Amino acid sequence: MRVDGYGRIDRSRTLGFTFDGRSYTGHPGDTLASALLANGVHRIGSSVTLGRPRGISAAWSEDATGLVQVEEPFPEPMLLATTVELVDGLVARGLGGQGRLAEVADTARYDRMHHHVDTLVVGAGPAGLLAARAAARRGERVALLDDRPEPGGSLTGTERIDGRPSREFVADVVAELATHPEVAHLQRTTAFGRYDDGFVLALQHRTDHLGADAPRTLSRQRVHRIRAGRTVIATGAHERPIVFADNDRPGILLAASARDLLHRYGVLAGREVVVFTGDDAAYAAAVDLADAGAAVTVVEARPQAPAHWAGAAADRGIPVLTGSLVAGTEGAPGDGRVSAAVVTGADGARTVLGCDLLAVSGGWNPTAHLFSHVRGTLAYDPALGAFRPGEDLDGVAVVGAANGTLDLAGCLREGASGERPPSADGEPERTPGAIVWRVEGPHDRQFVDVQRDATVADIARAVGAGMRSAEHVKRYTTIGTAHDQGKTSGVLASAITAELLGVPIEDLGTTTFRPPYTPVAFAALAGRERGQLFDPVRTTALHAWHVGAGAVFEDVGQWKRPRYYPRPGEDMEAAVLRECAAVRDGVGILDGSTLGKIDVQGRDAAVLLDRVYTNMMSNLAVGRVRYGVMCGPDGMVIDDGTVLRLAEDRFTVITTTGGAAKILDWLEEWVQTEWPDLRVHLASVTEQWAVFPVVGPRSRHVISRLFADLDVSNDAFGFMCWRDTELDGVPVRVARISFSGELAYEVNVNAWYAPAVWERLLAAGEKHGITPYGTETMHVLRAEKGYPIIGQDTDGTVTPHDLGMAWAVSKKKSDFIGKRSFSRAENTDPLRKQLVGLLPTDARTKIPEGSQVVEFCPDGALPAPPVPMLGHVTSSYRSAALGRPFALALVKGGRQRVGDVVHVPVGDALVPAEITSSVLVDPEGNRRDG
Amino acid sequence: MADTLHRSPVLRHREDAFARLPEGLEIVAEPDVALADLRVPEGAVASATGVVGVALPLEPNTWVARPGGQVVWLGPDEWLVSDADERPEALEAALRAAVAPHDGAAVDVSAQRTAVRLRGRHARALLATGCALDLHPSVFGAGRSAQTTLGLVGVVLLALDDRGEDYRILVRPSFAGYLADWLLDAAVEFEPPGPAAAL
Repeated sequence: MRVDGYGRIDRSRTLGFTFDGRSYTGHPGDTLASALLANGVHRIGSSVTLGRPRGISAAWSEDATGLVQVEEPFPEPMLLATTVELVDGLVARGLGGQGRLAEVADTARYDRMHHHVDTLVVGAGPAGLLAARAAARRGERVALLDDRPEPGGSLTGTERIDGRPSREFVADVVAELATHPEVAHLQRTTAFGRYDDGFVLALQHRTDHLGADAPRTLSRQRVHRIRAGRTVIATGAHERPIVFADNDRPGILLAASARDLLHRYGVLAGREVVVFTGDDAAYAAAVDLADAGAAVTVVEARPQAPAHWAGAAADRGIPVLTGSLVAGTEGAPGDGRVSAAVVTGADGARTVLGCDLLAVSGGWNPTAHLFSHVRGTLAYDPALGAFRPGEDLDGVAVVGAANGTLDLAGCLREGASGERPPSADGEPERTPGAIVWRVEGPHDRQFVDVQRDATVADIARAVGAGMRSAEHVKRYTTIGTAHDQGKTSGVLASAITAELLGVPIEDLGTTTFRPPYTPVAFAALAGRERGQLFDPVRTTALHAWHVGAGAVFEDVGQWKRPRYYPRPGEDMEAAVLRECAAVRDGVGILDGSTLGKIDVQGRDAAVLLDRVYTNMMSNLAVGRVRYGVMCGPDGMVIDDGTVLRLAEDRFTVITTTGGAAKILDWLEEWVQTEWPDLRVHLASVTEQWAVFPVVGPRSRHVISRLFADLDVSNDAFGFMCWRDTELDGVPVRVARISFSGELAYEVNVNAWYAPAVWERLLAAGEKHGITPYGTETMHVLRAEKGYPIIGQDTDGTVTPHDLGMAWAVSKKKSDFIGKRSFSRAENTDPLRKQLVGLLPTDARTKIPEGSQVVEFCPDGALPAPPVPMLGHVTSSYRSAALGRPFALALVKGGRQRVGDVVHVPVGDALVPAEITSSVLVDPEGNRRDG
Repeated sequence: MADTLHRSPVLRHREDAFARLPEGLEIVAEPDVALADLRVPEGAVASATGVVGVALPLEPNTWVARPGGQVVWLGPDEWLVSDADERPEALEAALRAAVAPHDGAAVDVSAQRTAVRLRGRHARALLATGCALDLHPSVFGAGRSAQTTLGLVGVVLLALDDRGEDYRILVRPSFAGYLADWLLDAAVEFEPPGPAAAL
């Protein structure tokens, strides 16, 4: 029920919401939990395994029970009702342990923000506010984060600081912080992980509380990535429950949470209240609830109540039953809400106290998660009955309740960081608490982790099974693995395990906290990197032209490359057959700009290339081009391409598209770490040069037409030569390199001019029917010639010899990368897999790439497994030139088996195929010079 | 230059979107200029001064102005030299002639990077959504440069003022379209009502 005169909600406005199909109202400033309790709804859902009624057990993110499924405004599972801010039109329902992911796309924005600060303060309670203010006054760059909608932490407003109400103190500090331009003060922001070197991740809920008014331009949630010179952990403490029989019912709350609900939201969570405590703080709850109109009884575990509080209780007629324990509860029919506390008195007598709210306080657990994330050791504090930071960490200060300091004066002093602390006026002195973790009773109804339905009986089973460590017991029982990660149950689990093992809890220790402190949605972690921005898309200078020409694109690494250019009515097969025929019969043009290009410059350039290629490069003449293969130290092919010698001391190395960055890194690694004496410099020029191979028997006509100054005759400009020319004053480099076996000229130009030169080439080739072709056609043409694609026809286990390229391995050079491995016995095994051609004997079947190759099965059926594998198909296409499908394959001892027929299992069929040379078109090389 | 060959700016298709950016943000695709990657071994850096027109900056992660452009420190023996007045091949040739005798190198990389100018009072905040470096003017003021990642794209970032309101971003042309889309998407945050609406 709601009580007048309490709470900081805006009662002038009413919000409508729906829970479990029924309509309710609340106010701005409410959480879903506070609004439900105000409406008398105490049962939120059912427990995951046992189906027991469950309600709300705490007022904020430490709540172990109140999980809901939000349906509107956007479906989200497993949210805590205590942390969902109420908005108009909210639709939610209680859960039986598990939620449901949205089946519609999330259209909200999520993003991230990087920060660098001198001091990061986590927690805007009294200690954190002062720590942030002190840092700001020192002129530091400061970030102050707090997970709740408003600052002030545990201050209820009833305290007095420096002679004034505590909320005024909070407002003053916040106002002062706002005057410092280098202070970032973020509410609704949870620091969920701390990592090495002062790195903290925090999640901010930016717009949920705005409901339907939330601007669509703003990110809904933001991950802040904060690098801090110093971190002040002022995260407070979680009140600790006490384990007794049937301690899981709706209506059983932590005492400070019941008080928080009253002061924050004006919600009185019960009219007949039993407060069960061994700690002073619960008396403040008892007194405030009584003042708000509840009938309160205190069950005090200690033999005597603290004097101050005994007086306050007497003033209000609150009975205090000292030396007493709550041993169990009774529940109401229907919603299962607590209806009575079963109390064992000092004399052992059993009393049943009727109640509709049982407020529990077993003391306090410092919220030291962030300290623990970076392996800060937690030490058991017998006065607290809990673990607190037990060592000093560089760059970390833990202040206030997070440090185990539970009085306001102490929190103010620690937060003030050496400045004069404000006074906590009229605060009664804390007296030692009674450490009560568990009240004797039936183990299987004593819940330790209420969310996991895990009881003392489960811990007893773990111990009985031989578990001796808190970490093992956690994993055996699942205690501390739910949404709350054991915020209230972790210490209890350690304490009860220690009790059952008969060892001191300080010897057993507790489990390690790990990020995230509270759940973080994957959408928030993904940020803006989804949809179109998921991964960079690299495009060439011609991309707009390709799009306009109707290209179908293929992803090659991050590049978008035209795969083929279908004409109306064409599928890929038809388009590629047309493009292939056009190249072999006339002239085609390809955008080859994605090829990797590396400028190698310096007087030792040739020395370097001799060491990294298997073949000789130092004897290449200026003006000439040579194909080369690079291997790793294991002798396996890692890349291939051509090399242009530009000058005695300068080369251009062409790599595969996919190998561009990798090979530059590879060369830099050798130059920088192994051969720093070489006078050579490397630079990527991949994007400097647009490259357009003009390919086919009519290519010479196109090139000569456009570049009138260039003598394109075979004598003047032979195969594997390059020449420089100009077009309208722009330098152009033309190289006779062929990846198809056809006469071909690769036109290189500064990419500024790429579209213009491409258009000129198309115009020059128009009367020859010049045909743009894509990567698929390029692949078919090269495969017909047996040219391998590194990474497609090879897989890191293939040597140049396996590819039939022993000719590209120098026998003269004293050394090069991979040379030593070529003499290993394994590398000379005649049964190594070798690249061969495969022709399906029916001349019709296109064998799927990746198919296995097996021996011919005369009876038409595979033998019993295991079937010996001969190899696999690496490339497979239909060939316009051959008029049939063909494939490349790696086959054991393949070159010795040319002419053999093998079988390729495809689905349930066995496809017979003849092993051939890998060169299927123009094996004599007659087409190369046109 | 007497070029009749038409140049095609990489970001010509994003200009309309840049023109619609919210108040406090301005993005301009800068005209491409001659760029050279310059390598000079330690001890020979003075050999480049004549052609470059200024001493090569030796402090890591800085840039200095030079006649017609700028010089960006890229590494202990590597700089990026720009020149708006020179033809790319001429810039490369002049630098190479100066440093090659000292075992240096120069390479025309004019089309290897394109420049985007980002200005406005939200510029630093926009970059902070995707750049992990500290861009506060006290740390990254005019004359500072960084080779870093913006979003998922490698860039060279130059600070052009001491207020965090003027930056030049050098990016590979193949990534420029993605980066432009990323910047435009990041700018949505600053459309009315703006980020203050979340507080």
